[in-house]
Amino acid sequence: MNFILSIVVSSLAVVILVLIPWIGVGALDLRVIFGILVPYAAMATFFVGIVVRVVDWARSPVPFRIPTTAGQQWSFPWIKSNPIDNPKGNTGVIVRMIFEVLLFRSLFRNTRLEYRRTAEGMPKVDYEWEKWLWLAALVFHYSFFVIFLRHFRFFMEPVPGFVALLESLDGFMQMGVLPLNGLGLPGVYLTDMLLMMAVTYLFLRRIYISQTRYISLPADYFPLFLILGLGLTGILMRYFIRVDITAVKQLAVGLFKFSPTVPEGIGVIFFIHLFLISVLIAYFPFSKLMHFAGVFLSPTRNLSNNSRFKRHINPWNYPVKVHTYEEYEEDFREAMIEAGIPVEKESE
Amino acid sequence: MAKVTTPKPKETANIDHSPPLMKGWMNTPAEIRPGIYCYGAKPKNLEAVGMPFPKEWNPEDENWKLPENWKEIIEEGFKDRLDRFRSFKLFMDICVRCGACADKCHFFIGSGDPKNMPVLRAELIRSVYRKKFTKGGKLLGQFAGARELTEDVLKEWWYYLYQCTECRRCSLFCPYGIDTAEITIIGRELTNLLGLNTDWIAGPAANCFRTGNHLGIQPHAYKDMLDFFVDEIEGLTGIRVDYSLNRKGAEILFVTPSGDVFADPGTYTAMGYLMLFHYLQSQGLDITWSTYASEGGNFGYFTSHEMAKRLNAKMYAEAKRLGVKFIMGGECGHMWRVLNQYMDTFNGPADFLEEPVSPITGTKFENAKSTKMIHLVEFTADLIKHNKLKLDPSRNDHLKVTFHDSCNTSRGMGFLEEPRYVIRNVCNNFYEMPPNTIREQTFCCGSGSGLNAGEDMELRMRGGLPRANAVKYVHEKHGVNMLANICAIDRAALPTLMQYWVPGVEVTGVHEMVANALVFEGETKRTTDLRGNPLAGMEEEEDV
Repeated sequence: MNFILSIVVSSLAVVILVLIPWIGVGALDLRVIFGILVPYAAMATFFVGIVVRVVDWARSPVPFRIPTTAGQQWSFPWIKSNPIDNPKGNTGVIVRMIFEVLLFRSLFRNTRLEYRRTAEGMPKVDYEWEKWLWLAALVFHYSFFVIFLRHFRFFMEPVPGFVALLESLDGFMQMGVLPLNGLGLPGVYLTDMLLMMAVTYLFLRRIYISQTRYISLPADYFPLFLILGLGLTGILMRYFIRVDITAVKQLAVGLFKFSPTVPEGIGVIFFIHLFLISVLIAYFPFSKLMHFAGVFLSPTRNLSNNSRFKRHINPWNYPVKVHTYEEYEEDFREAMIEAGIPVEKESE
Repeated sequence: MAKVTTPKPKETANIDHSPPLMKGWMNTPAEIRPGIYCYGAKPKNLEAVGMPFPKEWNPEDENWKLPENWKEIIEEGFKDRLDRFRSFKLFMDICVRCGACADKCHFFIGSGDPKNMPVLRAELIRSVYRKKFTKGGKLLGQFAGARELTEDVLKEWWYYLYQCTECRRCSLFCPYGIDTAEITIIGRELTNLLGLNTDWIAGPAANCFRTGNHLGIQPHAYKDMLDFFVDEIEGLTGIRVDYSLNRKGAEILFVTPSGDVFADPGTYTAMGYLMLFHYLQSQGLDITWSTYASEGGNFGYFTSHEMAKRLNAKMYAEAKRLGVKFIMGGECGHMWRVLNQYMDTFNGPADFLEEPVSPITGTKFENAKSTKMIHLVEFTADLIKHNKLKLDPSRNDHLKVTFHDSCNTSRGMGFLEEPRYVIRNVCNNFYEMPPNTIREQTFCCGSGSGLNAGEDMELRMRGGLPRANAVKYVHEKHGVNMLANICAIDRAALPTLMQYWVPGVEVTGVHEMVANALVFEGETKRTTDLRGNPLAGMEEEEDV
């Protein structure tokens, strides 16, 4: 399969996912299915699926202590060790994991290969600055997170204080910035723009860099397109095709309080948005998106490098056939004696 | 088999890092090319250790003489390993194919072969995993990145699993810590279920099992070599060093890779060990070598976890038999990954040993109190720190030195400062290579994990290119002429690599330089180093 086919297949899948609620609600008026059943089913799949996956991973033991040590080991007091990148205990591991999970530390190390040849045809290899992937990944995840939190405006009554605060921070461009007071963009959230930009970048990067283009599967394009669709329908709703917010909130609060209702007068666009997020969360446990949980279990990151001073136990360690010293001496006794090497048993 | 010629550096340098635009990888079978692969394992070497399906086979042949039920064997082995290794299971599931690892692999940099991108090396295995073990893969096939296990796929696995040196550089850059070494190790275990090892790995493993070391040196020959070094040292320094073999009641057992004893330039490092131990004898060092545990390295580790454990077992067994207090290990790379991350788990607890304490300085090696095995370089660093060695670093003035961190000691241990401390104290001219190529970001020599054979020379020269490129930089900038390291495979592999890419740079172990600088009481005036090269300022005396 080549990259064009991958892109076609995965974008087609997203188009179909848009059409399903469009027809389902727009033409067939299946509001209860798309407003209540699908979201519930998706949430159930999400939570059950993630638990099943994580439990399944956790059922396999960690037989060996294999951290990737990325700094100086703990050694003599006069040698400065690197307690974060080469942790000797749990504190270091926790700090390492926090850096990894919140700041994508490993990705921050990224470089880009620059391969040239000299005039004589000899190779010249360089490793150039490359933080764009790290930046885009960070922007993408944090924007998504802020947008998710902002949505609590719809789920909760009264609206929690942190949501209002977040909205005012996120919407600072509405007010404009010095010296352009009053010239702001009305209603624009920074994270909306950032998310769309980051997703677009991550997609373009995939096809622009020949190596990522080659390794990308439909499963890599699909979530990007799905999130793009999710963002676009959200933005459409907010700026262009207004829906009855009061009714939407009634539906959302109803879902969260387990007393679901589908009020009249909500536009189809909302159902498309709701369907896409439902698909995204239902897809989660079956996909690479599980990396968010997997990173916590990764044995190269979440173990301390202490196996020389604290024995690590392998639960399935079993006895193996070895070549004992006695067998060895049997083989070589004569020669050993002749060479003056001490033996256990003199020759008969 | 026909003689394989290695292309000239300029031809090798013609590398295209852009994979094909339109043809996907899944349906592009591997072309098994001479110069890239190592010969298949000979039956006698598998039989010697009881590995399954020994046979004469040639990887270039169409017919690999697989057992009829080979697919079931692989599937069962796969499932078994998913259940036993969380790493393996997790790494099958969570890759997002961001590509951060792609251009970090020395084999990809040196070959441009897209299946040498760590992510794709892993996908070769993952695609089969998806087909067998995930619903999406069963249902959607290629659309879910899944494919059937066929003979072509198996051959592709084999070809690329034995083009990975398990150096873990990719795992450093992966945002989830996915470690291709782990996938390679387990993938190789699977190939071994069908008798598909390489002979360069199976041979040393079989040797090590029987004779105690990879090179198959028998005890009397081992002693001959050490005796030869003793004579050499006497010729150079006038000092007749003392050593012992298999001696019960010694305080310390010394274990080092057999490469040090048998192959230049490692032999000079071995001479360095002998000299250091002799020097310390009067200060109370009581140490013995062993012919039974005469191998520090572990080619079993390149075969399977089980084989690694079987070979590693000798160290503790010999320590127990001889009744020593603790073990000291020589300069070696993957040996130290095994000692640091596996030995105690494999074959511990070593409750018959004592927590290591330096008999010279009294320093407690707290960081080794469970395995009871210390690194010779940390031992020496501690000696130098406590001023226990009389050193004349000017005896290394004819050398301009840079240090190559071995993959395993850096990313599987974090042993970065100790060797540098020793080097700085025994020589005056030390220059670091660029930061992206040393310490935890170090590049493999290109010949690790059992790939240091002769028939895969092209692969080795390609894989070693990033390392050589960094050496070339300091060679041109500072006139560096000596590449120091603490790994026997480096000492065996890097000289060829240097000749190929950076002529004029030689390769040394750290303890060779220690021995050059070590001032013995009553020694004759040294005019040459251990290799017989004139010391700085002594060139003329040599001529006389």
